[in-house]
Amino acid sequence: MSPYTLIDHTADLGIRVTAGSLKELFAEAVRALFNLLLRSNRHPRTEKRFIAVEGLDLEDLMVNWLREMLYLFNGKDKAVASVFISSVETTLIRAEVELYEIDFLRDEILEDIKAVTYHQIKVGPLNHGYVARIIFDI
Amino acid sequence: MAANVLELKKLDKYRWTLPQKGKMRVPGIIYSSEKLLRDLTTDESSQQVINVAQLPGIVKYSLAMPDVHWGYGFPIGGVAAFEEDEGIVSPGGVGYDINCGVRLLTTGLRSEDIGDRIKELTRTLFRDIPSGVGSMGKIKLSKKEIRQVLVKGSRWAVEQGMGDNEDLDRTESSGCLPDADPDVLSDRAMERGFKQLGTLGAGNHFLEVGVVDHIYDQKIAHHYNLFEGQVTIFIHCGSRGLGHQVCDDFLQIMGKLASASGFDLPDRQLVYAPLGSDSARRYFAAMACAANYAWANRQALMHWTREVFERTLELTPRELDIRLLYDVCHNIAKMETHEIDGVQRRLCVHRKGATRAFPPGHPEVPSIYRAVGQPVLIPGDMGRYSYVLAGTQKAMEETFGSTCHGAGRLLSRGQAKKKAKGRAIGRELEDKGIYVSYTGRTTMAEEMPEAYKDASEVVEVAHGAGISRKVARLRPWGVVKG
Repeated sequence: MSPYTLIDHTADLGIRVTAGSLKELFAEAVRALFNLLLRSNRHPRTEKRFIAVEGLDLEDLMVNWLREMLYLFNGKDKAVASVFISSVETTLIRAEVELYEIDFLRDEILEDIKAVTYHQIKVGPLNHGYVARIIFDI
Repeated sequence: MAANVLELKKLDKYRWTLPQKGKMRVPGIIYSSEKLLRDLTTDESSQQVINVAQLPGIVKYSLAMPDVHWGYGFPIGGVAAFEEDEGIVSPGGVGYDINCGVRLLTTGLRSEDIGDRIKELTRTLFRDIPSGVGSMGKIKLSKKEIRQVLVKGSRWAVEQGMGDNEDLDRTESSGCLPDADPDVLSDRAMERGFKQLGTLGAGNHFLEVGVVDHIYDQKIAHHYNLFEGQVTIFIHCGSRGLGHQVCDDFLQIMGKLASASGFDLPDRQLVYAPLGSDSARRYFAAMACAANYAWANRQALMHWTREVFERTLELTPRELDIRLLYDVCHNIAKMETHEIDGVQRRLCVHRKGATRAFPPGHPEVPSIYRAVGQPVLIPGDMGRYSYVLAGTQKAMEETFGSTCHGAGRLLSRGQAKKKAKGRAIGRELEDKGIYVSYTGRTTMAEEMPEAYKDASEVVEVAHGAGISRKVARLRPWGVVKG
């Protein structure tokens, strides 16, 4: 079963992500974001980058974390090939991401996601794991 | 069903109120019709009107225009004004796409002057006007030059030979907000601005060749140089990645401020800064930069559109007679003077998915239009009509000089894609004589006409309520979408 589902929102796009741990939740949220953004059938060269992001609380942290990922796409023309979360606390996440350069001629851009919003943001425990709901501005 | 829709009390044929209660500082008013109101039963826009009514220093009402739908913080179609002394400015009341807006060009051509060449014209516009996700602008800027763009707006483009001073007269705020300060922008915002000047963007942004289909008010149409059968051009886009980054940056900054100050926020996207504070000053300075960038962008796109028309149709500028009718913002916050209970007051007016609609005689209306009121441009979806309206005194009295901005989405993207399955939307439109060039596999499905409310219904409410007056109806003919 896919760790994320799409949320129907009139103006924009949302995802609901579930995972067994907070680390996995934040990792799956990134994978979901990039699944929505583009499709690439290439095996391009990647570069590793260490990233640390802060937030006021878990929800703010999730928004800031995905904002950082989206900036890599929109601002630097990079996509995430893989993500490894080293640690997640309520106000800080540390991770290692593998990035590749987007080829706009060969990669298929699926959605023009402009921003990660706080609209209906939710990050918290669910059953024996965690759930997140995030709405993107398109 | 969104519970707050049930609390709406009908004031008259076109207005419903959400009575002031709880933490609301003022009532809410939604401009709508019985039919459009049914669409509000499935989203939370009326709750967002209530949330906005809780913000400090709000004056008179939290308003929603007839194209209202769910947004972030403010609903899209939301209008609210705040006292200069005790009020606030909120990035959520402007939106991510700062100065998303639209300009309409008139021409001296009739549709028969173009005829079958509309397909070639549309394809050439699609080829020559950068559009789509990741599109790079044709304008290469140095660090010094981008600062000039951010401070001067449309005037920068005119100084580069992309238009003339008449275009500035026919742009809201003359295409430039004062007090822009590039020093308050983040490196990320500047970086994104370098790459995208002179691009249309994607999603619901477009360039559309249209035809004036019907004139409702001959007198105003004459002032606006509109006539039946005339070829027109709409350009709809905003501040691109630079504007989005500014909004993101200030949501973060003000979020920290709200947390530290213990502000009571009904919605995190409604973070704000008190007017007069350093954060507010910096946001206004950054917002002005983004707004000016958007105006420079639309000015450049207009210039290239003129060039494509000249080359493709092999006509001189004099023969084409392409002129800017007007350019309006849909997402902005401005300090304006309005009369409240007989007293002139300085207010911070937020329009998010709403259009300024100043009346005849207002000093900010260009002198050529001052006798009849400010042009108001209402783009519809790519299959149905768009409209030109005129601002009215009633808008000044009731809505801080504001009206609707477009059709508003009806279906989510998922619903639209489902409805489009098995259909060739492009072919359906071509069968109706509408030619669309686009990038992005999902664009046509997500942007199909049925995904939007009918702009005609929205405009009927605005006209019926008296907050703007119908002047002309335009039909789409050649559409470029990113």
